Amino acid sequence: MYPSDFEYAAPTTVQEALELLRQNPEAKVLAGGHSLLPAMRIRLMSPPLLVDIGKLSELKGVRADGGVAIGALTTYHDLEASSELAQRLPVLVECASNVGDPQVRNRGTIGGSIAHADPAADMPAVVLALGAEMKVVGPNGERTISADDFFVDMLQTALEPGELLTEITVPPMPEQMGAAYEKFKHPASGYAIVGVAVMVHRGADGNVSDCRIAVTGAGPRAQRARAAEDALKSGMDVAEAAARASDGLEYIGDISASEEYRANLVRVLTKRALTRAMEQLR
Amino acid sequence: MEISVTVNGKTYRHNVPPRLLLVHYLREQLNLTGAHVGCDTSQCGACVVDVNAQSVKSCTMLAVQADGAQVTTIEGLATNGAYHPMQESFWEMHGLQCGFCTPGMIMSATALLQRNSNPTDAEIRHALEGNLCRCTGYENIVKAVRHAAQQGRAGSNGSMHQGAKPEVPESAEELEHPRRDDGVPEKPETVGDWEGENAGVDETTPMGQGGM
Ligand SMILES: Cc1cc2nc3c(=O)[nH]c(=O)nc-3n(C[C@H](O)[C@H](O)[C@H](O)COP(=O)(O)OP(=O)(O)OC[C@H]3O[C@@H](n4cnc5c(N)ncnc54)[C@H](O)[C@@H]3O)c2cc1C
Ligand code: FES
Ligand code: FES
Repeated sequence: MYPSDFEYAAPTTVQEALELLRQNPEAKVLAGGHSLLPAMRIRLMSPPLLVDIGKLSELKGVRADGGVAIGALTTYHDLEASSELAQRLPVLVECASNVGDPQVRNRGTIGGSIAHADPAADMPAVVLALGAEMKVVGPNGERTISADDFFVDMLQTALEPGELLTEITVPPMPEQMGAAYEKFKHPASGYAIVGVAVMVHRGADGNVSDCRIAVTGAGPRAQRARAAEDALKSGMDVAEAAARASDGLEYIGDISASEEYRANLVRVLTKRALTRAMEQLR
Repeated sequence: MEISVTVNGKTYRHNVPPRLLLVHYLREQLNLTGAHVGCDTSQCGACVVDVNAQSVKSCTMLAVQADGAQVTTIEGLATNGAYHPMQESFWEMHGLQCGFCTPGMIMSATALLQRNSNPTDAEIRHALEGNLCRCTGYENIVKAVRHAAQQGRAGSNGSMHQGAKPEVPESAEELEHPRRDDGVPEKPETVGDWEGENAGVDETTPMGQGGM
C-alpha cells in the first residue's frame, strides 16, 4: 500500500533539520527508512512531514576517539565494513551482519534502530551491553544519555520531541575485554525472538571485574540481566550465572514464543554469549 | 517535487509526490515493470534494484530519495540484446518457476558476485536472505548463482546461449515505444506532472492501478 500524503524536506545541515522539527512537532525524522516506511505503508504512522536526514554526512561514519564514536546515520553495511570496528569492537560487526538482509543493511542505520527502539531489534542490546552513550542535539542544545537511561518502553526512548540522535559513543575498553552477541532469529522476519549481548572485563587479579549483559526480544525494551551480571562478578562460573539470566526481566509472550520459552532462550543464549566472550580474554 | 534520476543509463526528470515509492515510479512512470511488488512488509525482495551501486528494496525507498541517483533495474542487465551471465545461469539451472521473484533474485545475486566473486553456498544463501521464493525451494537458485560465479571465474562472459535474446517483437509497429538499437525498449524522456496525470484517483492506489 501507499503511505498517506506527506511533505518532504531534505535539510543539508543539522541546524536546518532541528529548525524543521521545531516548526513541525508532528514531523518524523527519516533515516534509512526501514522501520518508518514499512510502518507508513501499512498506515500505522502517517506523519505530515518527513525530515530526511540522509544528506547530513557529518552523521555518518566510525571514528576512534579513545573509545569509538559512531555517527547515527552509519548504516549496518558501513559497520560491517569498518576496519576500525573489526579491530576494536568486533561484536558490533557481528551484530550488524546479522540484521535483516543485505538490502536492509544497505539502508538501515544504527541511529534509526536505537531511536526506533523496536522491542526485537538487535542494536539496542549491544549498545546497552557496551555501556554506550547517546549524543543528542535538540532545541535546548546538546546532551548525552546513557544507554541505561535511553530505552524507556516499547518504541519509546528518552529522546524528547524535536531531538536528533547524532552519535553513539562507546567508552575506551580495557585490554582484557570480551564481548559477544547471540541471537535466536525469527525465521520469517529475521528479527530477534531473543538476543543477548554480553561484555566482560577481567582485572589484573584474573577475576571478572566488570560484566554487562543486555537482552532484547524478551520484553518491551532492551534490558539488563543484572542477576546474571552479579553472579558472574561474584565469582560464579558461566553456567551458574547464565542460569540466573532470566531472573527479574519483563516478558511479553506472543504467537511466536511464550514468556516461558523466551525466558529459557535468555538463559541459553546468555550461556553461549558468555562462553564466547570469556574465550576472548587472554 | 521535481526529481532527476538516471535509470539504466538514461536520465529522466519527473514531478512526483513525496509518497511515491521508488518501485512505483519505476513500474508506472517509466514502464519498467521488471521490479515487482510482492509484499507490504519490505520482506520479499521482488523489488530489488541497484541504487548508486547498492542493492536496495525499491519498495522501501521514496522516489524523491533517488533524486540524483543512478539506478539499475533488471531491464538494464542485458547488453546488446544478450542476457547477463546471471540471467543465463538462471535459465540454464532452472532457477525459476513462476518467475515472480526472479528479477529481485537476479539483482541480489549480481550484487553478491560484485563483492564476492567466489561465494560458498552458505554465503549465497546468506546474501539471498532478503529474497523470498514461493516456488523453487531455493535449491536451483543457489545452483544458478554458483554456476554464474563459475562462469565468471572461467573468464567467459556467460554466453551459453549464443546470441540468445530476450524475445521481442521485431517490427516498429508492434512496439508501444521505440527500441534502442540493442533491442531494449526505450521510453522517451519526458517531464511528466504526476499530480496532473493522476488527479483524483483512489487514495490507496494513486497510480490508478490496484492489486498489490
Ligand atoms: C525486512 C526487514 C528486516 C529487518 N530485520 C531486522 C533485524 O533482524 N534486526 C533489527 O534490529 N532490525 C531489523 N529491521 C529494522 C532495521 O534494522 C531498521 O533499519 C532500523 O530498525 C531502523 O533504522 P532506519 O535507519 O531504517 O530508521 P528509520 O526507519 O528511518 O527511522 C526509524 C525511527 O527512528 C527515528 N529516527 C531515525 N534516525 C533518527 C535520529 N538520528 N534521531 C532521532 N530519531 C531518529 C525515525 O523518526 C523513526 O521514528 C528490519 C527491517 C526490515 C524492513
Ligand atoms: S515488495 Fe519490496 S520487499 Fe516485497
Ligand atoms: S519462481 Fe515463483 S516465486 Fe520464485
